[in-house]
Amino acid sequence: MKRIALIAAIFAAQPLLADSNLPPAYWANRQLPDPTQEADAEALMEQLRCLVCQGQSIADSDAELAGDMRDLVRRRIAAGEKPAAIRAWLIQRYGTWISYKPTAEAAAWPLWLAPLALLLAGAWLIRRRIRLRGND
Amino acid sequence: MSQPWRFLPIALLLGLVATLGLRLMRPADPAIPSQMVNRSIPTIDLPPAIAGKPGLKSSDLVTGRPRLLNVFASWCVPCADEAPVLAQLKRRGVMIDAIAVRDTPGATSAFLERWGDPYERLGADPRSNAQMALGSAGVPETFVIDGNGVIRHQYVGPLSEANIPGILKQLKDAQ
Repeated sequence: MKRIALIAAIFAAQPLLADSNLPPAYWANRQLPDPTQEADAEALMEQLRCLVCQGQSIADSDAELAGDMRDLVRRRIAAGEKPAAIRAWLIQRYGTWISYKPTAEAAAWPLWLAPLALLLAGAWLIRRRIRLRGND
Repeated sequence: MSQPWRFLPIALLLGLVATLGLRLMRPADPAIPSQMVNRSIPTIDLPPAIAGKPGLKSSDLVTGRPRLLNVFASWCVPCADEAPVLAQLKRRGVMIDAIAVRDTPGATSAFLERWGDPYERLGADPRSNAQMALGSAGVPETFVIDGNGVIRHQYVGPLSEANIPGILKQLKDAQ
């Protein structure tokens, strides 16, 4: 009997115990009635990072906090707030970490400059090779 | 190719391996610190989480006396873990307010009955909105708030006995 109970405990859905006792927020998994607003919300949610499943967007995450963030985004967009303002509000709280959209801040400069630098280096290498062959 | 340049690929590879090895030995901290530290408490206005205890407004946290704001939930196991530490802080005269995240009055009451209730005020935050306004990324978290309502410090994760002297000092410094 005890063994059966232990085996049952292994197969029980334990992660459920780590969830809250409230259902998902109203707008967490429900589209806004206005398609333009819903499109704006979708676009923003795909660029916001989940605080729980770090590396997923809140549009993809099943975490409860991600659901609450979707609810917040949809409510604010329905109230007429601009996506940029909502993003700024979240960045003010969690830092640029929360947004997948690269910023122009100094720490991101290598990211913008690397492709350019690599292209220039490639051009220089090709030029050298062509010149070397010309000398043969 | 000239002699020194021949070793560049090997040097790059070694550099890469060293960087990866270092990160494997010292993984990055996954905690996301709140950017609201050293800013005024954001606007919150939460209804009472349980009967018989007042809810929580931003103005309740601007009292001229430093206090703690604890973000917790009854469904959070580490929150039960830190309950004795909060009880000890209360015994030392620390004022503690709290936000109950995604919780029902019944579950919150049962949790406080079982693990102790150190809170002056307790607001209900059913959609995590106050939690997000604070820049808090999970439960439990604890904020040290000075007398002017400015957030001075943030503790991510459960408090332990070892945190008590530090918290008492931070509260004193926030006077």
